[in-house]
Amino acid sequence: MDLYSENILDHSRNPRHWHALENPDIDYEESNPLCGDHLHLMLHVDDNGVITEVGWEGQGCAISKASASMLGEQLVGMKLEDARNISKEEVLENIGLPLGPVRVKCALLSLKVLKAGAYGLSSPEGAPTPSAE
Amino acid sequence: MSSPTPPALSAETLAALRADFPILNQEIRPGVPLTYLDNGATSQKPAAVIDAMSHYYEHMNANVHRGVHAFAERATAAYEGARQKVADLIGAGDAQEIIYVRNTTEAINLVARTWGDATLHTGDVVISTEMEHHANIVPWQMMAERTGVTVKYIPITETGLLDMGEYRKLLAEGNVKLVAVAHVSNVLGTINPVKEIIKLAHEAGALALIDGAQSVPGMPVNVRDLDADFYAFSAHKMLGPTGIGVLYGKYDLLEKMPPYNGGGSMISKVTLTGTKYAHAPQKFEAGTPAIAEAVGLGAAVDYLTKIGLANVIEHEKALISYAMERLSEVIGLTTYGPSVEERSGLVSFTLKGVHAHDLAQGLDAAGVAVRAGHHCAMPLHDKLGVAATLRASFYVYNTMEEVDTLINAIESTRRYFA
Repeated sequence: MDLYSENILDHSRNPRHWHALENPDIDYEESNPLCGDHLHLMLHVDDNGVITEVGWEGQGCAISKASASMLGEQLVGMKLEDARNISKEEVLENIGLPLGPVRVKCALLSLKVLKAGAYGLSSPEGAPTPSAE
Repeated sequence: MSSPTPPALSAETLAALRADFPILNQEIRPGVPLTYLDNGATSQKPAAVIDAMSHYYEHMNANVHRGVHAFAERATAAYEGARQKVADLIGAGDAQEIIYVRNTTEAINLVARTWGDATLHTGDVVISTEMEHHANIVPWQMMAERTGVTVKYIPITETGLLDMGEYRKLLAEGNVKLVAVAHVSNVLGTINPVKEIIKLAHEAGALALIDGAQSVPGMPVNVRDLDADFYAFSAHKMLGPTGIGVLYGKYDLLEKMPPYNGGGSMISKVTLTGTKYAHAPQKFEAGTPAIAEAVGLGAAVDYLTKIGLANVIEHEKALISYAMERLSEVIGLTTYGPSVEERSGLVSFTLKGVHAHDLAQGLDAAGVAVRAGHHCAMPLHDKLGVAATLRASFYVYNTMEEVDTLINAIESTRRYFA
């Protein structure tokens, strides 16, 4: 069986930056109602608008976790302003697998959470927190 | 591995039956045949259904109940003929009790928006259950916002059955006007004791609506024997086309209900100052209906009747018994729902350490189509404490070998992610 690449499997088994941040400057979480995947993003941003630390929490399939893990690595050291401009295509290219319309949503949940958080939105009401489940 | 229960349909019958379904005879990828176990979502269609719809378009397409030309009459006869077939299938007293809708969801919304809005007030209670599909929860919650009724839910037991003691307590709390329950759970597979549920509802002065989306396709159902007031189901899960479903209602109830949509076909007389409505079922079927789909539904009913629904459920029981036994041998696999005796031909499960979507992807690689997610039953998944499950749902054309294919695919996916 050869479902996913080694890279994706590695990121999903050992997702990077997978921990909570204290006093995050940006704090946003959202679920994918179709499959119940849930991602919580925390960012530290310095006075120059540069992302200094990334923290993810949540649960999801291999694709959504690997996508968040890789996106997190990309974010460290990046200007928040530039993070807002990361494209869907870029994220999907990192995944590097052909994905149907259902799995694309798994792959893009992390980007959705990043964008909403970076634009200063607050988490939708009723978003379950992993610790409460 | 013990030898499985012999299936109700002989190998020859099953092979001939499978040949009736063009879609089953193909590979989804080169060298990978299709193992279709997502029948709870939608069933495949036999050539008889596809051909009946093509034949309608090629030989009699016309609008129904309008015009007196030959095609209009043929189309009307086919459309109404299908209504009679449906009435016979579920034991309705009269074809006038069969309302064509788009699907089960619309059937339930129709009852909420017509009977519910016209009849219910603040203080009234509607009882649903924790195991319902969203289609039998959300319309009542929306109706509650409009009318002020309270929605209460029958909880489920540890083994995935409705808690009948709690149901009695909810009824005893009073003011219950409607009990809305699935005949068969789309996640747990539980076959609910709807005859008893309806009897208790009636004793409490309430009506009963049964969501039959998962029952009518796979077992004999008689709405008059059950004494259901409303019974809803979809054509597409019972070998028929998408776009058409059925609401059965007792005729005296239907006559008292206000219409659903307003427009053509649902009137008996229109003046610029007012309208007199047609009788049921036309009162609820405004506008040009899904005619070809009704014809397709009629063909599906014919096909199922030929096999015999008693044979369908027996065949599903054999498949699910074998599947449950094989699934219990998979390390880290948890199934949800009751014993085989209380279950229809579907099973939902999770595999430790593998997300439902990844497992589904692994099965897909082996050509096995199953459903992954919450199956439009989020409250039930909250109760089960899982975000998503996988569901394998069997139907009349599935084979014991396909159960083996499923198990082998689960095993190889488990090893891949281990």
